[in-house]
Amino acid sequence: MAFDVFLQHLTNGISLGSLYALVAIGYTMVYGILRLINFAHGDIFMMATYFTFYSIVIFGVPWYAAFLAVIVVTGALGVILEASAYRPLRDAPRISIMISAIGASFLLENLAIVIFGGRPKAFPALDFFTEVIKLGTVSIQRLTFIIPVMTLVLLYVLLYLINNTKSGMAMRAVSKDFETSRLMGIDVNRTISVTFFLGSMLAAVGGIMWGMKFPQIQPLMGVMPGVKCFIAAVIGGIGNIQGAVLGGFILGLVEILLIAFLPDLTGYRDAFAFILLIIVLLFRPTGIMGEKIAEKV
Amino acid sequence: MVRKLSFLLVALIIMSLVLSGCTPKPAEETGGGEEEDVIRIGVFEPMTGANAAGGALEVEGVELANKLYPEVLGKKVELVIVDNKSDPVEAASAAALLVEKEKVAAIIGSWGSSLSMAAGDIIRDKVPTVGASCTNPLVTQGNDWYFRVCFIDPFQGKVMATYSYEKLGAKKAAIIQEVNNDYAIGLAKFYTDAFKELTGDDNAIVAVTNYNTGDQDFSAQLTNIMTANPDVIFAPGNFTESALIVKQARQLGITVPIIGGDTYETPEFIEIGGDAVEGCVFSTFFTSETPITKESEKFLEEYRAEYGKEPAAVTALAYDAYILILDAIERAGSTDPVALRDAIAATEGFEGAAGIITLDENGDAVKNAVIKQVKNGEFVYMDTIEPR
Repeated sequence: MAFDVFLQHLTNGISLGSLYALVAIGYTMVYGILRLINFAHGDIFMMATYFTFYSIVIFGVPWYAAFLAVIVVTGALGVILEASAYRPLRDAPRISIMISAIGASFLLENLAIVIFGGRPKAFPALDFFTEVIKLGTVSIQRLTFIIPVMTLVLLYVLLYLINNTKSGMAMRAVSKDFETSRLMGIDVNRTISVTFFLGSMLAAVGGIMWGMKFPQIQPLMGVMPGVKCFIAAVIGGIGNIQGAVLGGFILGLVEILLIAFLPDLTGYRDAFAFILLIIVLLFRPTGIMGEKIAEKV
Repeated sequence: MVRKLSFLLVALIIMSLVLSGCTPKPAEETGGGEEEDVIRIGVFEPMTGANAAGGALEVEGVELANKLYPEVLGKKVELVIVDNKSDPVEAASAAALLVEKEKVAAIIGSWGSSLSMAAGDIIRDKVPTVGASCTNPLVTQGNDWYFRVCFIDPFQGKVMATYSYEKLGAKKAAIIQEVNNDYAIGLAKFYTDAFKELTGDDNAIVAVTNYNTGDQDFSAQLTNIMTANPDVIFAPGNFTESALIVKQARQLGITVPIIGGDTYETPEFIEIGGDAVEGCVFSTFFTSETPITKESEKFLEEYRAEYGKEPAAVTALAYDAYILILDAIERAGSTDPVALRDAIAATEGFEGAAGIITLDENGDAVKNAVIKQVKNGEFVYMDTIEPR
């Protein structure tokens, strides 16, 4: 394989991987605090793309204002979802919450079909983001630079929030133990709402960037990215935010390089993502950066 | 409060499931042996999922036809539309619903050969079915109960191969196909055979690469194709994926023509593809620019009045499927399944909106193909190719 072709593949892989990483952060954050796999994360992500579509295409809001509004509205949607689907089950066995999460995911998908219709819509991708830059023979979309930078910035902002602020401290406490946190005077419900607000805002940012790169939106578009980013989060060590970023990049690169080096296996691309998941679960169940957690008795 | 909210949520979930199922109200069961005063025709199409836009275009055609021809044998014709969700498993259950529960006299559908094939065994020996735009040969092959009003892929593949060779002067072609779609795989195969024969070169196809329905990232596949350096890229597959493929190809700096099949002809192909799909060429069934029959004129006039836009080819075909079934019911004099099946099979020289329909021994229509191109954000007629 010629070197410039390899560089092109590498660029493609980084571009895809950074998108996975961006969405995986939100996934892993909610898990890290609540020990809940938020199956509806991919659907919140889908909702964000529709909000963007409607605000820009139908209501003609300028894009920067639309992005801000969408991010806040999606955050609010996450909070509402948490309050209605997860909070009532706070003290129920974990499996009930998981089933509730699956239900919430179906609810959002079907609501989207009813409200927005099943036909795909064209996402208003902005030229500024999609413009192609030529470096020698390698073509790179501007997005390919923007998304990784954005992912890393958000990663550090998030780490700062969690490690250096009062809410962050509350989040860490809640992630260890609800009961004790409550006794220490932490408002557990409020803390979890904040977690969901942040997680859903991250999903919105991911959704907007995803729409820029793949400008086609439909009600079930969140399913596959949701699964892929879940895999990315598990590879990195679910609950670990740096791990999610790492896992996202690894998954993106593996997918692209698989096709690059084994073109005959292209059709099995999604299968390989799952095989990767199984391998990680078999040999390093806590993921690459995950710490060993002693089961609470 | 909390409890109320969760009840509300459960209620919403149930409601949304019911609504999204698009399941029509089940008509009252007809009492034993009583003569029905309506004739029910089932329509099974993808209304949600990857093929939703294609299904919607066909439903438009059937609904228009039903509005213009609401009666047969003095009875009202009622449409029962079910969503097969672009999924072969769902398609089988949608067809079973029409056959077992709704007791329809005939079925129209579906957009997408895989979806149609999934229904094949369910309708066999029970309900005669007419496909509108499912072009894979296997839909009707070996199934006396499945018919269609469109041509089939061996012809379509040849048309596009001939176009590549003669009009584009291509000597080397690359293929990117939707690997879990029978339509795309079949069409790619027939294209390959025809293209190799035309060029006389067994290595004329320089790259074949796959993707799955619903994929959004094709950069790696396209980079592989780019290194093979073809003169033309043949990309049969679903419209949304195809639009993204063309878009990403252009972003990677691939400039050679990208051509495809009838599935390209949906508004979404242009909406999503934007400037990138300009110049894409594909074969299809029908053009609204030169009406073929009297029925075409009527269809075009009514469609434009009703929807205020130009109809897609598949809309005309779905319209044809409906009027063909009505005509066959009239000829059979009843909705007895066997009599109706034989009446449909005997169709000859029937004037449809998308051309004259004569069904061959497999139940396939033998028809002209039309070549269209995307120009200034519209589908523009280029050429008509007659079957040999």
